[in-house]
Parts: sequence; C-alpha cells; structure tokens
Amino acid sequence: MSDTHANTIAFVRETQLPPSPPPAAETGAIKWVRENLFSSILNSILTLLSLLVIFMVLKGMVPWFWNSTWNANSLSECREAGTGACFAVIRERWPQFFFGFYPSTEYWRPLLTFVLLFPALAPILFNKVPQKALFFTLLYPFIGYWLIWGGSLGGPVATLLGVVVAYCVYRTLVAQAPVIALLASVAAVVIWMLFINGFAADALAGVFGAGLEEVDSRNIGGFLLTMILGIVSISLALPLGILLALGRQSDLLIIKAICVGFIEFIRGVPLITLLFVASVLLSYFLPPGTTFDLVLRVIILITMFAAAYLAEVVRGGLAALPRGQYEAADSLGLDYWQAIRLIIMPQALKISIPGIVNVFIGLYKDTTLVSIISMYDPLGVVQPILADSDWNGILWELYGFVALFFFISCYSMSQYSRYLENKLRTDHR
Amino acid sequence: MTAMTDTQPDEGFRLSQLIYDTRYRSITIQIIALICVLVGIGWLVNNAVTNLAEAGQDFNFDFLGNVAGYDINQKIIDYDSQMTHGRATLVGLLNTLLVAVLGCITCTIIGVTMGVLRLSNNWIVQKLATVYVEGFRNVPVLLWIVLTMGVMIKIPPDPRQFRSGDASMMLWDSVAITNRGVYVPRIMYESGSAIVVGVLLLSIAAIFGFRHYARKQQEATGKILPVLWVSLGLLFIPAILAQVVMGSPIGLQNPYFRGFNFTDGVHLRNSLIALWLALSLYTGAFVAENVRAGILAVSKGQSEAAASLGIRPSRIMNLVVLPQAMRVIVPPMISNYMNLTKNSSLALAIGYMDLTGTLGNITRNQTGREMECVIMLMAIYLCLSLSISAVGNWYNNSVKLKER
Repeated sequence: MSDTHANTIAFVRETQLPPSPPPAAETGAIKWVRENLFSSILNSILTLLSLLVIFMVLKGMVPWFWNSTWNANSLSECREAGTGACFAVIRERWPQFFFGFYPSTEYWRPLLTFVLLFPALAPILFNKVPQKALFFTLLYPFIGYWLIWGGSLGGPVATLLGVVVAYCVYRTLVAQAPVIALLASVAAVVIWMLFINGFAADALAGVFGAGLEEVDSRNIGGFLLTMILGIVSISLALPLGILLALGRQSDLLIIKAICVGFIEFIRGVPLITLLFVASVLLSYFLPPGTTFDLVLRVIILITMFAAAYLAEVVRGGLAALPRGQYEAADSLGLDYWQAIRLIIMPQALKISIPGIVNVFIGLYKDTTLVSIISMYDPLGVVQPILADSDWNGILWELYGFVALFFFISCYSMSQYSRYLENKLRTDHR
Repeated sequence: MTAMTDTQPDEGFRLSQLIYDTRYRSITIQIIALICVLVGIGWLVNNAVTNLAEAGQDFNFDFLGNVAGYDINQKIIDYDSQMTHGRATLVGLLNTLLVAVLGCITCTIIGVTMGVLRLSNNWIVQKLATVYVEGFRNVPVLLWIVLTMGVMIKIPPDPRQFRSGDASMMLWDSVAITNRGVYVPRIMYESGSAIVVGVLLLSIAAIFGFRHYARKQQEATGKILPVLWVSLGLLFIPAILAQVVMGSPIGLQNPYFRGFNFTDGVHLRNSLIALWLALSLYTGAFVAENVRAGILAVSKGQSEAAASLGIRPSRIMNLVVLPQAMRVIVPPMISNYMNLTKNSSLALAIGYMDLTGTLGNITRNQTGREMECVIMLMAIYLCLSLSISAVGNWYNNSVKLKER
C-alpha cells in the first residue's frame, strides 16, 4: 500500500515545519473584546455606533450633573449659579413630592406607616418569618388608616370589632354548615357597618379621646398617594381576581357569563374612563345624599380594573394545570373549595406569579393617571411647580426625579418576582 | 319488603335537595347569583334615575346634535366650531384611530429591532437594548407622554428662528421641526394622478400574482424564483414610469416660511408627535420583550436541524425559526396593540384632541351630560378593543400550529 501511496501522490513533506507562534491573545480582555464587540463587520459597526450613542449621552449628562445647583430659590438664581441641572427645585419641593399637602408637623405619621409596612409584609413575602406575625399583618390596615387619616381611634377600632364579630359568627357556624356560616358572617359585617358601626365609633371615641389630627383626603398626595392607591388596590384585587378567574373557569353557566362579561368589559375600556366614573359618575349610582371620599372611590375602581387583569393571569395558571390534578382532588373526595384551596390554587398561583407581579407593576404605574382627575400624585405635583413663576421652564429635573422613583420601585418588584420564581421552582429542570 | 328497602324510596322532589343534592345545588347557586346581580343592577339604575330626576336631568343623546362651539386643531376631516358635538366626537375618534395606527406601526418596528438587538452577541449593543427595555417598561407611560410633550415644546427652535437663519429645515428643506409642531410636505394630487395610483394598485395585484406563481413553480420544480427583487421592481418601476410619463401629477408641496409661521405643507401638532413617540417607545419596550421571548422559545435544535439539512442561515430564519416564533409572539402582540390604543386616551394630559379629549372632556364639561358622555366613551373604546382582539384572533388562528 505504501508504495502505491508514494507513487500516486506528487509531493510528500519530509521535514517538519517550524512551530507557528501561539494565536495572539486567545485569552483575557483582547479575546473578549474581539469575540463580543468586533466578531464581524456588522458587529463592529454596531459597536462603534453604540459607543457614539453612549458618548453623546454622557457628553450631555456629565456636565449637567457636574454643574448642578442645589441651593437656589428660583430657576433664574440657578442659571446664575451654574450651567447644569437645577436640583434646587427638588430640595425646595421634596415634601410635596413625598407627602402632597400633608400638614408638615405630621410627617412622622406616614413615615411610621411606611416603616410598619415592612413587618406587615414580611410574613407574606418571606416564609422564614414566624407565621404568628400574620396577626400584625391583619391589624395593619386599621393602624395604617388611623395613622394616615387621623381622627379618633374609635372609628378603626369599631370597624375592627365588626370584623371580629363576623369572624366569631363564622367560627361558631362553620362546623354545621360552611356555606351558611360564610353568608351569616357577610350579613354580620353588613349589619354592623350599616347600623352599629356609627354608634360604636362614637362610644369608643369617648373612651379613646380625640386622637390624632384629622387629615383631609385632598391633602394626601405625592408618593404617599401612589403607595396608598397601589398597595390597597393590589391587596384587594388579588382575592377578587382569583374569584373572578374561578368563576370564569366554572361549569355554572350563569356565573361564568357574569364573570366573562365583567372581565371583558373592564379590560376593554381605558383606565381613564373608569377614573371618570369614580370622579363624576359614581355619585349618581349611589343612594341620594351618599358622599364618600374621592380616594376611596378611586381605590374601588382601580381595584376592579386590576382584578379583571389578575383574573386573566390566574386563569392562565388554572388552564396550565394538568387535568389529572383536578381529577386527583376529586378522587380523594375533596369538595370544590377544599380542592381549590389545597390542590389547585397553590400550583396555579405558582405558575402565574410572573404575570401577577407584572399586573402589580402595571397597576402601580397606572396610579399616575389620577393626576388627570386632579389628584396630587407625583405627576400631579409637578403641574403646580411648572405653573409657579419661580420655576417656570424647568423640565428634566422634575420628571427625572419622578421617573427615578418609579424605576427603582418597579425594577425592584420585578427582581423580587424573579427571586420568587426561582424559590418556587420545585420541578427538576 | 326487604327487597324494596334496597332501592331508594321515591319520595318525589324535596326542597332540601336544592341545597344538599349536588345535582340541583348548582342550579340553586346560579339562580341566587343571577338574582343578586339583577337586584344589584336594578338598585344602581334605580339610584341613577332618582338622582337624575332630583338634579332635573334626563337621559338622552340629543346633545350630540347641538352646536359644539369649540375648535379642534388637529383634524383629519373637515370641522369647525359651528359643527355639532356628534361631528366633534367623530373627529376625536378619527384622531384616536390615527395615533393608534401610527403607534402600532412604529412600536412594532422599534420593538422587533430592540428585541433582536437584545439577543445580539455584541455585548455593548445587548446592554444598550436592555437599558432601553428596562428603562421604558418601569416608568409610567403618562410620565413619558408628558415629558415628551415638554421636550417638544422646549427643545426645538421657534419658527421665527428659521427666518433669521438660526435654525434650518431638514431633508432638503422639506421638514421643519419647530416648537409649535412639525411641518412636513403635503402630497398634491393633480389631474392624471388617478392613473398613477391605478398603476400602483395594478402592480400590487401583480406582485401577489407573481408570488403565487413563484410558490407554484417552487412546489412543482423546486426552482426558487427571486421573489423579493421582482416584487420591489414591480412595486416601484411601473409607478415611477407612469409618474414620469404623465408629467409628475403627484407632487410634494414643501412647507415654507412666510410672515410669522410656516404655510403650506402639513402641520403635525406637537401633541400628536409627542403622544405618538411616547406611546411607540413605551409599547416598543414591551414588544421587544415579547419578540425576545418568542425567538428564545424556538429550541436551538430546530435551527441546528435546519442547518444540518444544508439550509442557508437567512432561509433558516425565514422558514424555520420565525414561523415558530410567531406563534409565541402574536397573542401578546395583540394585547400590546390593545394597550396602545387604550393608552392613547392619555392624550387628555397634553391636549391632543382624541376621543377622550373631545367627547370625554370638552363635550362632557360643556353639556354637563356626564352620564351619557362617559357611557358612550366606554362603549366606543370597548368596540375598538373588541375589534382589535377579533382581528388579532383571526390572524392568530392563521399562524398557529395546525394539528392534523
């Protein structure tokens, strides 16, 4: 064989080639740059373009920040002091951005409410916290309401008593007939609210004294209002959304039709029209003479809005569960609510967590729309500042500040959702 | 007798079965729910009737025929302040549709570009695209709209600066960006333009015919015809020829400066541009995420299998990856378009006269008919959303996996 090989091939190298040098910088920074930034002609062009964009942005931003002014009383003073940003406006108006027109001697109240929010949320967000802390979570709405709106402690305590009474009614009847117990407790709450609450509040107000200075809803604004609207609507919308999703998946035709109608209607109209309903229309639909707080009306409508979106997300989770889970629950002899509570919901909610957090972030951002119905959320606060002759013409500083706040809170929420997704991922991938 | 006790004694229907028998319980629950809902709606309507009667108002839509008395600066169809509220509503609706269509087109372009760039293997481009997506997604759309409006008013030069030469027009003196709006050329149709348009329509029909023929040819012989180049040629060459032969009947009339402002040309208001830009950039960030998720959802094995069959990379993208990615991309895309249309109602904040600005704001405040206006506003938006989702679902059915 070797002969034929030598004969048929014209050239065979007999000496060894000198070893070539190792390829230049196949490790380290140069390799990284070559692979990630200049791997092809198109990539090189894109890299240069991106560098140009970054350079332009930095060229504008850096001197703007570097020459910024923090001490001035008007825009013209700012312009004299420096060529850059005029952050003096934020230094002067920060109380309005955070609290709206809340009385300045009472700032400790919203701050305390905000600080207390963390122990209240901890048992829900992190499962390492002892579950007894949930008790504080249940009390938190009443404490928060009292701290922010003020007035006598009697009102919140009376409402709390009503809830406790309803719970006692439920506990005594639940052993005999769960459905009747539920209806009875709802009836107890309604009766308490309509007939007893007022007297109880007055009586308790006598006991507790005048309490804190009352703050009108119109004076609540800024990030405080955003937080109130966002957190209250989110916590109310989740249970409502789950019920709507269950209704939409239900075999009961009429209930299904009602839920589908509600969800599709709410999802089909812009939030701003619902806010119009809250601000001008809702009073028409209530018995003559009923007036209640604009913040409460807005919360009701935003809750309905968020619930419809949440319902669709939860429905996705329900639909993604294998049929076998429902059948397994049935074969264990669990009734509908037991199956939902113990088998279906824990899995369906786990699947839908990213969607739920997305709805929450969307809702949180959408609370800015209340500035259109002239409430003083952060964007609403910007308007009077722009109209002020001292600060007329300022733009980036104000909106940038508000945008930064929203970016930080929304971004951290989405990071939390990633953490939760990983924590709850129990299947093997 | 003992045999009889085995079977259930037929006692007929008892009332307690309505609660304890699962066969009847569902009916009971549904009827109770229906009664509750009907009573609730009845209560609301009753309250509304009482309240309206007390306020001395009635419920009718006659106000739509009354003279509106307010001006709308951005309009597609003829309108002046002597026309009716109904006409103003129609102008508003068309403005809503205008910004929605423009926004849907640009947000798709921005979103697809950014979604693809986020998957780029170029580190710096990928990071820039990420900054864009996270930045726009995490800040309220209303803030973007108001901020863009502020920039549109503040940054561009005043029209007077064009006279003194401090500012100049762009694109061969055809576009002027001022702080009062953007002036673009107006398309002028003179006699004979119908022929050019007719030729254009004919060539579009010819393109569809050619594509059909090319597909048939490929299925029959396996030969691939250059569809793209022929289509482009068919689209442009006959129309340009017709335009030249007829002596340029379709022309552009540039805006030019006269007196204190620009005349001729089309004046696009700041509010329209700001709303359009802000909505496209904001929705584009969401579209980018969907596009990225859709492309990532196609498993790598698909493109590898196609490559091992010897298909070229560009055709792998067109024939293997994109059709599968579309199935993931289309459903959230529909809801993005719906959200953009609904978010266009925020035009109210910057004074763009869309449906919310006319019917939901000025007409509502002038006539004092809050109930009618808000109900009508909601109904129109509901119809818009439902039609978008109907069209979207129809398209989705055409691209989704056909299981046989």
